[in-house]
Amino acid sequence: MKLAMPWFVRRVLGIIPTLFLTWSIVFGVLQLIPGDPVMLALGGTPASDEILDNERRRLGLDQPVYIQYLTFLKKMAVGDLGNGYSSKQPVSEMIAARVRPSLELALGGLLVGIVLGIVLGIAAGLRPHGWIDTMTMSTALVGVSLPSFWIGMLLIYVFGLQLEWVPILGDGIDALILPSITIGLFLAGGLARLIRSALIETMTQDYIRTAHSKGLSTVRIVAKHAMRNAIIPPITLLGLQFAVLIGGAVVTERVFARAGLGSMLIDAVLTKDIPLVQGLVVYTTTAYIVINLLLELLYGIVDPRIRSRRA
Amino acid sequence: MTTAVTTVATTVMPPRRLIARTLGTPGAVAGCIILVVLVFGAIFAPLLSPYDPNATRVCPRLAAPSLAHFFGCDLFGRDIFSRILHGARLSLAVGLLTVAISLVAGTLIGMVIAFLGGRVDRIGVRLLDVMLGFPAIVLAILIVAVLGVGAFNAALAVGISGIPRIARVIRSATLTLVGREFVDSARAVGASQTRILRRHLLPNLWPIVIVLGSLDLGTAILSTATLSFLGLGAQPPTSEWGAMLSAGREFMRYAPWTMIFPGLALFLAVMSVNLVGDRLSHVLDPRASGHD
Repeated sequence: MKLAMPWFVRRVLGIIPTLFLTWSIVFGVLQLIPGDPVMLALGGTPASDEILDNERRRLGLDQPVYIQYLTFLKKMAVGDLGNGYSSKQPVSEMIAARVRPSLELALGGLLVGIVLGIVLGIAAGLRPHGWIDTMTMSTALVGVSLPSFWIGMLLIYVFGLQLEWVPILGDGIDALILPSITIGLFLAGGLARLIRSALIETMTQDYIRTAHSKGLSTVRIVAKHAMRNAIIPPITLLGLQFAVLIGGAVVTERVFARAGLGSMLIDAVLTKDIPLVQGLVVYTTTAYIVINLLLELLYGIVDPRIRSRRA
Repeated sequence: MTTAVTTVATTVMPPRRLIARTLGTPGAVAGCIILVVLVFGAIFAPLLSPYDPNATRVCPRLAAPSLAHFFGCDLFGRDIFSRILHGARLSLAVGLLTVAISLVAGTLIGMVIAFLGGRVDRIGVRLLDVMLGFPAIVLAILIVAVLGVGAFNAALAVGISGIPRIARVIRSATLTLVGREFVDSARAVGASQTRILRRHLLPNLWPIVIVLGSLDLGTAILSTATLSFLGLGAQPPTSEWGAMLSAGREFMRYAPWTMIFPGLALFLAVMSVNLVGDRLSHVLDPRASGHD
């Protein structure tokens, strides 16, 4: 543990330049928006020069760009994302209010994806080129070409409108089923592929043969010996997907009319609410970077070889 | 110079053999057939479509599919089949434009930073990695926020958001080339940096560029359609598949064909491009075709 500390600290400190660069890119890109931000802030309502000047001063837009940039960085570092143009409320509060629907959907999608992906991946990996394998792998190939919004709509049509098995709107857990399946299906394809190839590779190792010759059951061998060594790539995939999803499943939220962060981002872009767009993108990318870091720390704990390699 | 030419010669195969090998699997053949039909439909859309795609009231509102209107009609009484045919033009053109933007800019950036090396390379890679940390759709939406909505801007946004990934791959590929003898000899005979990049490095990168492009085209078509679905791409009344799906969402209870057929067209287009692209990458990239 004494040796592990510097490695741990170095990794955590290592994300500071990444965060700084990411925030700088967001700031830089949004500077390119054509038109006067003050006019956007006022929502296009005609105003006298005096009001415009006051508003400009209030938003700090009368300062040179580099001062604005430094102020922006300072505010981001303490989590102050400014106020939205249309609602005039703090962006951080607006985001906090929408985190729950997005998080629920992310977890639901992850659950469906993990269950389906692991079952299919193991079934395919244990009998390569068997019928489950062939079917899973060809479906995975077709799956990457499917528009997720179309699948979502087909699910709504079949299970929500025709069969009426599940509600298509609402806040309840049953309204979460179809959107979770929409997201989960896409996760499952990639996950099944990874687990399959990792399992095929692991199952030919000597220690698996030893386990077989000891008379252990297949279930025990897969669960205790093979999966443990095949688990890191799937964890990476799931971790990164989760990181993207907590920023809001933009498309799925739109299809199922869920008021999460993804649909908030679209509305913010359409209404040109720059602080809100900026805040949402900063939040999403920061969450992505932090989860990435947590994953790396997790590998370091699970597998000491990684720790020494990256130190 | 001659070394460069021989290196290229080993990687580029005659078109006839390339086509024959690309059509080597049933999936690729199916992909090619669907793709040819789509391209044909897109090119001859004005001749093939029975109605003007934007003419309203050519049939009753939300009319079901029939012999006169194969895919039914939308809310404004427009023929969905005609709109899908015209949509193919836009989707394929926008997809190609998107890939072209990512490829040209990505190749240029990747080649130059790898070739110049040193600090330029270090800073370049760092920036590219940070850009890759943005979820693709978020980066595209951020760019749309700057450019404004519209079919062309959506293509530009998806194209730009694809640049970092291409640049990263091309940079690695270029790094394996800059240490080779033909680059050293070109330097020795006094070739300028631009000449080395253009005449010696670029020709050797072509196969990789083509593979990257063929693999990206499907995603490009899907991403631009997604932006249109979200209301950030092509705007009504343009016949665009994503926008048509978005409109169809409202009426799926009464007229499911308004969303089934545009979605099917989009799916088939993306799948055919992916099937062909996947196979092409196996044929062109010897490392990927190891298990052929």
